[in-house]
Amino acid sequence: MSVESMTLVKAINSGLRRAMEGDDHVLVMGEDVGKLGGVFRVTDGLQKDFGDARVIDTPLAESGIIGTAVGLALRGYRPVCEIQFDGFVFPGYDQIVSQVAKMHFRSGGRLRLPIVIRIPYGGSIGAVEHHSESPEAYFAHTPGLKVVTCSNPADAYWMIQQAVTADDPVVFFEPKRRYYEKGDVDLDSADSVPPLESARVAAPGTDVTVAAYGPMVKTCLEAAAAAADEGRSLEVVDLRSLSPLDLTPVVESVRRTGRLVVVHEAQRTLGIGAEVAARVTEECFYSLEAPVQRVTGYDTPYPSARVEEEYLPDLDRVLDAVDRTFAF
Amino acid sequence: MTVETAAGPAGSAPPEPELVQLLTPEGQRVPHDRYDALIADVGPHDIREMYRDLVLARRIDSEAVALQRQGELGLWPSLLGQEAAQVGSARALRAHDHVFPTYREHGVALCRGVDPLRLLALFRGVDQGTWDTVGSRFHLYTIVIGAQTLHATGYAMGVQRDGAIGTGDPDRDTAVVAYFGDGATSQGDVNEAFIWASVTNAPVVFFCQNNQWAISEPLERQTRVPLYKRAGGFGFPGVRVDGNDVLACLAVSREALQRARDGEGPTLVEAFTYRMGAHTTSDDPTRYRLDAELEHWKLKDPIERVKAYMVRNDIADQAFFDDLTAQADELAERLRTQCRELPDPEPTSIFDHVYVEPTPQLVAQRDEMARYLDSFADQEVAR
Ligand SMILES: Cc1ncc(C[n+]2csc(CCOP(=O)(O)OP(=O)(O)O)c2C)c(N)n1
Repeated sequence: MSVESMTLVKAINSGLRRAMEGDDHVLVMGEDVGKLGGVFRVTDGLQKDFGDARVIDTPLAESGIIGTAVGLALRGYRPVCEIQFDGFVFPGYDQIVSQVAKMHFRSGGRLRLPIVIRIPYGGSIGAVEHHSESPEAYFAHTPGLKVVTCSNPADAYWMIQQAVTADDPVVFFEPKRRYYEKGDVDLDSADSVPPLESARVAAPGTDVTVAAYGPMVKTCLEAAAAAADEGRSLEVVDLRSLSPLDLTPVVESVRRTGRLVVVHEAQRTLGIGAEVAARVTEECFYSLEAPVQRVTGYDTPYPSARVEEEYLPDLDRVLDAVDRTFAF
Repeated sequence: MTVETAAGPAGSAPPEPELVQLLTPEGQRVPHDRYDALIADVGPHDIREMYRDLVLARRIDSEAVALQRQGELGLWPSLLGQEAAQVGSARALRAHDHVFPTYREHGVALCRGVDPLRLLALFRGVDQGTWDTVGSRFHLYTIVIGAQTLHATGYAMGVQRDGAIGTGDPDRDTAVVAYFGDGATSQGDVNEAFIWASVTNAPVVFFCQNNQWAISEPLERQTRVPLYKRAGGFGFPGVRVDGNDVLACLAVSREALQRARDGEGPTLVEAFTYRMGAHTTSDDPTRYRLDAELEHWKLKDPIERVKAYMVRNDIADQAFFDDLTAQADELAERLRTQCRELPDPEPTSIFDHVYVEPTPQLVAQRDEMARYLDSFADQEVAR
């Protein structure tokens, strides 16, 4: 068994490398992905090893990146597009929502677009505007796109490979504040990796269910550790896939705990939390001891860096919401 | 495998055409049939003032880089090397002309009377641009590449509708200028701006600072033709100017702005320059470009050549240079102090300007945040 400790960046890099080795039709394309290896170095070394026909520094135009990926996919390639930062996906949004998402449907299933769109997302990195946003709900709201997000290096390593081999388009959100955090990755565990579209219990517990994804999973695990000190047991579920949304472990958990807190950085209104709350209410109405609580960004544009920590959910806000579930 | 096209291997540099130059890198004034007339009124005093702008712009920039290194700013995009392109074009503006910048136009901001502290505040992360855009006619910085070129074009269409072009009244006729980089020319927005400006004949100048790099991507990743030549295809004139020559930038910008004010439509100015620093303080250019290139461009420094010209022609004495150094020191000192003193915003202020009038939902969330934060204040007191 070969287990390596690596950063999340390195895990995606290694996963991409493996995907490219496994299929010479896998391409990587985006701004600065070549020599620079991307501004976060996720594609570091790939151009050197696979050449500039497979790792393409594109012109500076996101609509072009996605639109040409559509053509390449129609020609049999598997493009992995890098969007440099969350806030810069929008010039490509039209291509994603109107073209990428619908091609399979429009063609009556004849045309597949196995495109991966990688988007570093989320805040807490002290950045200027447009560099800290969480736009996942816009994509999860669009039928035809799969939307997934990893929370740790092991998932990152496997999920990126699963996304590349998936025959549907996948929007792959990467929690940039966790990019340089390390974790163990078992490089030989291919047979035991859970499906891409599955949620997973990240920490078992008995009193309250906490559902989170991406950057907030670690925050919730820390909250669970703090709660344990106070004698409260939180079960943390890492949603991993936001579309389709796999609520099986959440529903199963809430039937036991009767309490649910959903956590994300994105704004509250019509966010993933709203969908989780609605579905859990439908499925677990008689088990719920309290209304589903949401801990989210507020309904404002992402604020300036010097106030972002007050805007973002943190351990204390998660615990505060846990307390609220006991107030009913 | 390398992908080849009919025009040659992808990635080969476009041929270098003529560019307008009035001051050589050695500080030699060279005559120009067309553009001499446009700066005929520029006397020693004007040269000294432009030199002052150049020096202060560079000083603001180096101070900001230092503040970022000290953790006082989150990020800073340096304008090092692009001072002449910015000062030359900005000094060609009249008071009522309007500017739509990117995130790197610190020299233009200076010329428009924007306190550099406001730029520092943005990159410190205390706000997202609080300068007076109406008074300074210097719009907010735009980080999403290319978006502002459409805003400039629309603003120019408004100017047109207000009858503020072609009257011959210098206090009324108005031009709009959009700044953007070489990488930006690939964006749909920029190409749409060209089309809009062309078909509406809008009074807008597209001022492209071609600093040769878009982060790690060299110019040839964006274009196979010199950028200024793109204008022809859209139906308006384009010109390439030595972007490190403040006089040439002044002359070429004056001509383009006057065309706009006269109702003759848009112009694309390509200021051929070089990003001498990193893309931003987060960038490491050693990963993608050679030192030799930087050394080559250092010989074309935009400030040194003006100094050489001034000294050679007795335009300024040592006292002038000493005074200017003192002024730059003083400015840097003020910025350093005031930047450090910029207060963090109140957390609840994030709700203040989402809408013209706060919605009930946002008022409720603001109260929720305030109550939550207060609960910690209680704990502090209890302790
Ligand atoms: C729509 C969009 N995509 C990507 C980025 C990230 N980004 C910031 S600056 C930059 C390069 C810009 O190059 P250029 O237009 O030449 O201007 P320069 O920074 O060199 O002045 C990129 C890709 C962005 N800000 N906006």
